[in-house]
Amino acid sequence: MSTEGHAGSAHAEPSFFRKYIWSTNHKTIGKQFLFTSFIFLGVAGFLILLVRWNLAHPGEPVPLIGKLLFGGSGAVPPEKFIFLTSMHGTLMIFFVIIPILVGAFGNFLIPLHVGTHDMAFPTLNALSYWLFWGACILIVIGIVMGFASPQDQDMAGWTLYPPLSAYAGPVMTWVLLAMIFVGFSSILGAVNYLTTIAKMRAPGLSWFRLPLTTWAQFITAVLQLLATPVLAAALTMLTFERVLGMNFFTPGGLELSGQPVGHSGGVPLLWQHIFWFYSHPAVYILVLPAMGMASDLLSVGARKAIFGYKAMVLSICAIAGLGFVVWAHHMFVSGMNPYLGMGFMISTMLIALPSSIKVFNWLGTLWRGQIRFDTPTLNAISFVAMFVIGGLSGIYMAATPVDIHLHDTYYIVAHFHYVVFGGSLFAVFGAVFFWFPKMFGRMMNETLGKIHWFLSFFFFNSAFFIMHVVGLAGHPRRYASIAFLEQTLGHMQWMNRMITYSAICLGLAQLVLIFNFFWSVFKGKKAEPNPWQANTLEWTVPSPAPEHNYHVVPTVHHGPYEYGAGNGKDWMSQVESAGAAPSSERH
Amino acid sequence: MSEAHAMTAHGADDRIEAFERARLGMWLFLASEVMFFAGFIGAYVVLRMANPHLAVAGQKELNWVLAALNTAVLICSSLTMVLGVNAISKGDRAKCRNMVLLTALLGSAFLVVKFFEYSGKFAHGIYPNTSTFFSCYFLMTGFHGLHVLGGIIALLLLLLGIKHYGPERYTKVENVGLYWHFVDIVWIFLFPIVYLL
Ligand code: HEM
Ligand SMILES: [Cu+2]
Repeated sequence: MSTEGHAGSAHAEPSFFRKYIWSTNHKTIGKQFLFTSFIFLGVAGFLILLVRWNLAHPGEPVPLIGKLLFGGSGAVPPEKFIFLTSMHGTLMIFFVIIPILVGAFGNFLIPLHVGTHDMAFPTLNALSYWLFWGACILIVIGIVMGFASPQDQDMAGWTLYPPLSAYAGPVMTWVLLAMIFVGFSSILGAVNYLTTIAKMRAPGLSWFRLPLTTWAQFITAVLQLLATPVLAAALTMLTFERVLGMNFFTPGGLELSGQPVGHSGGVPLLWQHIFWFYSHPAVYILVLPAMGMASDLLSVGARKAIFGYKAMVLSICAIAGLGFVVWAHHMFVSGMNPYLGMGFMISTMLIALPSSIKVFNWLGTLWRGQIRFDTPTLNAISFVAMFVIGGLSGIYMAATPVDIHLHDTYYIVAHFHYVVFGGSLFAVFGAVFFWFPKMFGRMMNETLGKIHWFLSFFFFNSAFFIMHVVGLAGHPRRYASIAFLEQTLGHMQWMNRMITYSAICLGLAQLVLIFNFFWSVFKGKKAEPNPWQANTLEWTVPSPAPEHNYHVVPTVHHGPYEYGAGNGKDWMSQVESAGAAPSSERH
Repeated sequence: MSEAHAMTAHGADDRIEAFERARLGMWLFLASEVMFFAGFIGAYVVLRMANPHLAVAGQKELNWVLAALNTAVLICSSLTMVLGVNAISKGDRAKCRNMVLLTALLGSAFLVVKFFEYSGKFAHGIYPNTSTFFSCYFLMTGFHGLHVLGGIIALLLLLLGIKHYGPERYTKVENVGLYWHFVDIVWIFLFPIVYLL
């Protein structure tokens, strides 16, 4: 068997092009997604620091680079403000978090976790990455145009509400096209992931023996598959409205700088319904894979079986299912029927139930564990803590009367950064650290990892927690200037400064991660196959994982969380056929 | 070639598995397509309810006879497609080729009729920006037409490679067939809601 395997990998060493550029290997594609989205993380972070500068020092020139970027005095021109915030949001969601969680980790881990050699459709997988590249090119054109052109480059937030989005400057069209490409890429990816997980599991790997990472990827793929095309439909309509003069979203009587637009009959609320029908499920696309990975990291880090495995799986399913019926909680103040709002308020609150089941199970996993406070575990614990804060603020906003006050303030900004940055991104930090050896065959530096974790955790909270306070006081989001609120918010300017300085430090702290990452790729300590004593299948093969993953299809004998079994060894790989049935296999 | 490795020990089993994977992949893809058209149809319903008069006026301009003809054409093409898939699974390659060709021809006939329908609209000064009703009309029938076009191209590709298919391997024929039925079904939804109701 194994000789055949060697023969397979020895014949025809792929060319450089096939190996690194047009590769169909899931591990390469995963890494490509990882690098690409790290670049955009930097870009998007930079854009928002410009925004933050202006909020801390309104109208003052941006130090060092202001003149270069904006000319004139070097201050952020108010006309460019919405461009900066919108681009930040669009990039972070569609070019950073989704590609990292789904594109990078989904690709890299799914075939390894199900014990197979690659995705079900490797060519489709490569296509999905290159569609994403198409999107990258389009959005970069948009970014460059936004900075370069002197005219107003208004956008309409990442939520693209018409009529503004239908009549905003030309950057908007590039963004719409870019998002359509991302959507296609996601759909193809989802088809691949679902098929791979459903059809290519190794013998013995029943559904309820899958690691939670892969379960989360599976459910996320369902969301992607069913929600993304709806977004694609909406984006198509909006694009046609802009370029072909079709009308879906423009109401009668609309005037632009005194000129009638000449359309009638469109329904702006229609956009909001379709958009959120996609985008609420999408916020779970932004977090479910992170929940899965954090579960695995916590179980390994606490040397304990995950608490309530099946409850974890079911709560993922429940979150995903409920996620489709809560979308209008983003529209409480849009003028929709209040009775409808009531229904959405209740369904939104229901979603907190499965979310809290997960939180309690994570705590149950940590409880009395032999916790190793290494970088992956620290980041995973931070994920749980931050997710709790973000989830709690979510429940406040879910109550319609409260949301009327909170909507479109910095409170919302605090909420979703707690779930997306505090939650997902911390899980990503942990996951990068954890799976790095399997990706590159070397370990990342632990000390630098801890420093990065501490700085990120500290500055994240000092930046975002205060946003709750200014938000409650009424600081609106997406406003270049709040001078007109001087009376109510003027005395809070020091908070805005503190947010900005913390955000800058948070950005700088990421340099530690970048340094650690690249330094370790080349100079890190060589990794053993299983540096964390973890159970899942990927740890049974050498680090880095070989071209075809497994020489022989692994046979799975039990679930992925058999930790702390005793006998001097506190873990048991999924491929070990256990003589003594481990304790957590009770039914 | 990159899939050549130690795992492919049992050729036949592997082929069956690959077949099942491909079919599942196709079903999933079609599920996403359903949601794509559902987005359009949902928007159409909302816009119609917001502007009932536009729909009444608009439908007077539509030619439901041509559309009914097209419906018949597509239903026939689904039948020929089924016959083609059935033939190849029984090993009758020649019949499969004829049936696939016929399906492609029927599909093209649909597009020709569509072409006349559209040019009739343009001749009457009706364009996608005429009203929300016609925006929806051109959007939905246009995207459906593009899907038909894609289907025809897939059918032609099948014809080109017909000698590779046989009762043992006809995954692609089957998948193109699934896609073709989907395109057909979308039309069966569009026809009444756009032209009749
Ligand atoms: C306990 C669970 C959650 C509840 C009850 C909840 C509730 C809400 C509500 C009611 C809003 C709308 C507020 C407004 O605009 O007035 C909102 C906004 C938002 N939520 Fe959550 N949420 C929860 C979890 C999450 C998670 C897990 C994520 C993402 C990972 C997320 C991401 C967002 C985002 C991005 C927005 C802002 C969208 C925008 O207007 O730009 N939420 N949430
Ligand atoms: Cu939501």
